[in-house]
Amino acid sequence: MSAEVTPVRGGRSRRLGRFIEPLVLLTPGFAFYAVLVAAPVLLVSSYAFATRGRFGGVEWTWDLSNFERALEPIYLEVLRSSVVLAGIATLVALLLGYPTAYAITKLPPRWRTVALVLVVVPFWTNFLIRMYAWIVLLNTQGVLNDALVATGLVEDRVSMLYTPAAVVVGFVYAYLPLMILPLYASLEKIDSELLEASANLGASRIRTLWSVMVPLTLPGIITGSILVFVPSLGNFVVPELLGGGKTVMVGNLIRDQFLKAQDWPFGSVLAMVVVVALVVLFTAQAWVTRRVEGEPRHG
Amino acid sequence: MLWLPLLLCGAFLYVPILVIVGMSFNDGGSAYSWDGFGFRWYGELAGNGRLRSAVATSLVVAAGATLLATVLGTLLAVGLARHTRSRLLEASAMAPAILPDLLLAIGLLAFFHAASISKSASTILLAHAAFGTAFVVAVVRARLAGMDVAQEEASRDLGAGAVATFLRVTLPSIAPAVVAGALLVFTLSLDEFVIAYFTAGPTTQTLPIAVYSMVRVGVTPEINALATVLVVVSVAVVVVAARAVRRTEKA
Amino acid sequence: MRTTSVRRRTGAATFLSSSIVLALSACGGGGDDSSQEPAAIDTEADLSGQSIVVSNWADYMPENIGKLVKKETGATVKITNHATNEELVAKVTGSGGEGLDVIFGSQPFLQAFAEEGLLEPLDPQYLENWDQLDPEAQQLAEVDGQPYFAPYTWGTTGICYREDLVDEAPTSWNDLLQPEDQYKNKVTMMGTERWAVLPAQKALGYSVNTTDEQEMADVKELMIKAKPDLLAYDDTTFYERLISGEAVMVQAWDGWCNYGTAENPDIKFVVPEEGSDLWVDGMAVLKSSESKEAAYAFIDTILEARNHAWTAENILYIVPNDAALEQLPEGLLEQYDTLGARREEMLQGENMVDIGNAASMYNRIITEVTAS
Repeated sequence: MSAEVTPVRGGRSRRLGRFIEPLVLLTPGFAFYAVLVAAPVLLVSSYAFATRGRFGGVEWTWDLSNFERALEPIYLEVLRSSVVLAGIATLVALLLGYPTAYAITKLPPRWRTVALVLVVVPFWTNFLIRMYAWIVLLNTQGVLNDALVATGLVEDRVSMLYTPAAVVVGFVYAYLPLMILPLYASLEKIDSELLEASANLGASRIRTLWSVMVPLTLPGIITGSILVFVPSLGNFVVPELLGGGKTVMVGNLIRDQFLKAQDWPFGSVLAMVVVVALVVLFTAQAWVTRRVEGEPRHG
Repeated sequence: MLWLPLLLCGAFLYVPILVIVGMSFNDGGSAYSWDGFGFRWYGELAGNGRLRSAVATSLVVAAGATLLATVLGTLLAVGLARHTRSRLLEASAMAPAILPDLLLAIGLLAFFHAASISKSASTILLAHAAFGTAFVVAVVRARLAGMDVAQEEASRDLGAGAVATFLRVTLPSIAPAVVAGALLVFTLSLDEFVIAYFTAGPTTQTLPIAVYSMVRVGVTPEINALATVLVVVSVAVVVVAARAVRRTEKA
Repeated sequence: MRTTSVRRRTGAATFLSSSIVLALSACGGGGDDSSQEPAAIDTEADLSGQSIVVSNWADYMPENIGKLVKKETGATVKITNHATNEELVAKVTGSGGEGLDVIFGSQPFLQAFAEEGLLEPLDPQYLENWDQLDPEAQQLAEVDGQPYFAPYTWGTTGICYREDLVDEAPTSWNDLLQPEDQYKNKVTMMGTERWAVLPAQKALGYSVNTTDEQEMADVKELMIKAKPDLLAYDDTTFYERLISGEAVMVQAWDGWCNYGTAENPDIKFVVPEEGSDLWVDGMAVLKSSESKEAAYAFIDTILEARNHAWTAENILYIVPNDAALEQLPEGLLEQYDTLGARREEMLQGENMVDIGNAASMYNRIITEVTAS
């Protein structure tokens, strides 16, 4: 990757320029980051060791009491259920997205672009409006219930909104395009002759899928899964709007500590826990991707 | 066989949107149940001054963030591509794009509080520029990676200064990526809720913040009309952008 | 032993945080913060150059109030909204109050702001319409004998229900907390602030201001038991759920139940037999405001009998202003009996006041219940 990048070679007269140029190019951006990204993140990280001030802000007590609190069963349970909900959403998105992405690769080229645009359009529609659409659909007095009652499928209206399932549906709806696009990119690269060869050699469809397609598209699967899992895990809007406040995820806890309970230190600790979980995830992803992409090409 | 997943997925993605679009022409007072056809809620929407000013705020924030992020991001990308091989610098230049939004949001809330900076539309603008810069770096850096440095070298060998070379040679050749990055930041900023929600001043309302409080405080069918307008706008933008990209690719 | 050490620590924390808040507001506001005395107001000031920002719940005052104040006083008013008291706290503390001049909030929250030194003490001599206010309400607006806000509305919390969809009218908080089978998942309760714990507190016979840890542990247990039968936690749209029929019984404030009654006369309000609260919402001026004359003028305009009557007529809450109440049309008092015949009943609850440091215990319990 870095092989293409060659530093500019210049004559003697540009020695000074060569020193100043990178400074001029790199300093503004990194200085901006230092103030608006690094400093804030370091600040909340250090809040983890402080104690709540009554009206926001903190007292510097430098102790671990917030960590002790975060390890109480009730908060571990919230963390666990957040991971489970985000995980289920990721799995559902994968099961729905994989066949779709595969089907798109089989379309004539012109239609492929159309299909991809159609996948992306909802994603560029306001996130909150998309969630609101599901309130209208799933409501006991809503359209879906109207349809179910009218067709006689159910007698009484079913409460579908304000359940964990509604939250999962919200996540899948919100982030499905982020699953389909990387899957499509991976699937498109597969040589269809490879699949034919597998079939000709007598492998069953399922066998072909498992032992040829899945390994080859693993990077796409992983990228897509991360792109769905990560924003779902820290989300507080979907549990609030589609979960009716009854489903609490770690994002809600963090938001509430900052904007309701005014316990910033505890909110910071919870955020740190999420960050650590994500770092572990990213490391695993990098490792798997390196193994999958690295071996066949250079090995 | 292949049409089945396409159909399922298409229905899943579009039924909710179509229902909202349909309900926006509801003449009745409920957001959920149908009560005759009419344009009543579009009238209400047009008369909603608060929403109009929220749209204006969002546009200003997005434009400012885009400008700032495009300048900083382009400089960073060129600097990274031409003057360093440090993977650490490269990774940190793109880090804000993958940082969880909630972490950046609480960080900025705490930071602005600690620094006694009062929150306003400007603080949202700065926050959006921070993650926007990373997206511009990613897009422009990718373009630079595939580019030949020979032209730049030639320009310098012919005696052009660093600034002239940057403006006359480097910038024109990465222009499509810069524009793409800017468009990306603009649309991301327009739709961004979490960071804006945490860094907004007491009177600042961006469009997503306004929609959030509309959904929370009581649903009026007006929101269906708003959703329809936004869907139409985003479809138009995506279609135009897709065409533009295809044209530049051909060229 | 443990409790005392905890208390001492949080006590010190509060002290320190107050000083930080004070220091911050000193930077922002300018003005002598140590004084508990109201600042002198220049009654002759030209208000046409002054502009104030008012934060209120959405649709909680006349829509044209800005124009009205402009016409009567010359001051420019800009309105912003908060959905809950907690949102207001986040807004005010996020900036030390800077950027806001007048806030509408509930008594416990305004008291806490006052104790933190964020509010300007009110001097009634600059409010021509102050004397119209109910003396009891005036007294509730005091912290340490000094008025800090102008009472705007008051009332109680109860159960709002669809008479046509329940067999028997609810009479007890337990009808919400442990609904009969046919009402399961058709009830809502409030999920934030002091009102989230109120039904359980009252059902158990405790004070709405209790700071007793054992009592609050019982409250938490009862709330956790109630959670599975809820449709949702709802602080803002409960009356809409009654109108649509999604819910048949909801925890509601008297005025917002009337919003439901306005759409559907089968929607009724009851104060459960175990009792409830007396809450007061008021208008306060932030210490950091640089346009205090305009802020006073704004509050005084709202308190004018015909404007305050507008509130009762359109927001359907009781206003603590007899001159305003006299102007209400007879038909309105009949349609909404909480404003008319049952007015006294609405004002008999236990006054909800600031509970100081116990607020963090309340917050924690609410977090744990919603997380369970």
